[in-house]
Amino acid sequence: MIKSELIQKIAASNPHLYHRDVERIVNVVFDEIVDALAEGDRVELRGFGAFTVKHRAARQGRNPRTGTAVPVDEKFVPFFKTGKELRDRLNTNG
Amino acid sequence: MSGKTLTRADLAEAVVRKVGLPRNESQELVELVLNEISDSLARGEQVKLSSFGSFGIRQKGERIGRNPKTGKEVPITPRRVLVFRPSNIMKDRINSGRSRRVKAAE
Repeated sequence: MIKSELIQKIAASNPHLYHRDVERIVNVVFDEIVDALAEGDRVELRGFGAFTVKHRAARQGRNPRTGTAVPVDEKFVPFFKTGKELRDRLNTNG
Repeated sequence: MSGKTLTRADLAEAVVRKVGLPRNESQELVELVLNEISDSLARGEQVKLSSFGSFGIRQKGERIGRNPKTGKEVPITPRRVLVFRPSNIMKDRINSGRSRRVKAAE
C-alpha cells in the first residue's frame, strides 16, 4: 500500500469528506510525527508503536573501496518500535 | 532531550487545528489511518508513505535463544517482524532540527 492508496481507502469510508481534506488529514498526521521527532520528542501510539530518535556519536569510518579513514559526524536517527498489539497481529494469521 | 511525548490525542489536535474538523471526528480519522496501516501490514503487505518512510515485514526463522535470567536455552519460534525504514526526507529533517539545537546549546 502506498500513501495515495491509504488516502483512497479513507476517502471511501468517509464519503462526506472532500478528497483533498482526506489528503490533508493523512499528511498532517505524518508531518506532525516528523515535526515532533525533529524537536527531539517521542511519539507513542499505543498498540501501533513508538517513534523515537537515537543519537549516533561521531566515529571514524572507512571508505570500503579505498580503505582510507574518513570522519563520520554525529547524527540522529529515527527509530520505530512496534507496539505489542500490532506485533501480535502480525503473527496470528500467518 | 526535551522528553515530551506525543500521543494520538496530539495528532488528533493537529487535525482539528489544521484541517478544521471536529475533535471527535479527528480522533476517529487518526485511528482510521493507523488501522488501515496495521491491516495492510497484517495482510503481509508493505506500506510505503512517501516523504515519511516505509514499513515492511521480515520473516524470521527459528533460532536458539537463551533465558538471560536462568541461562537456559530456549527455541525462538519463527515469526514475522515489522521493520521501519525512514525516508531521507525524515532523516534530514531530524538532523537539521536536532543538530541545530545541540549546536545552539554549546
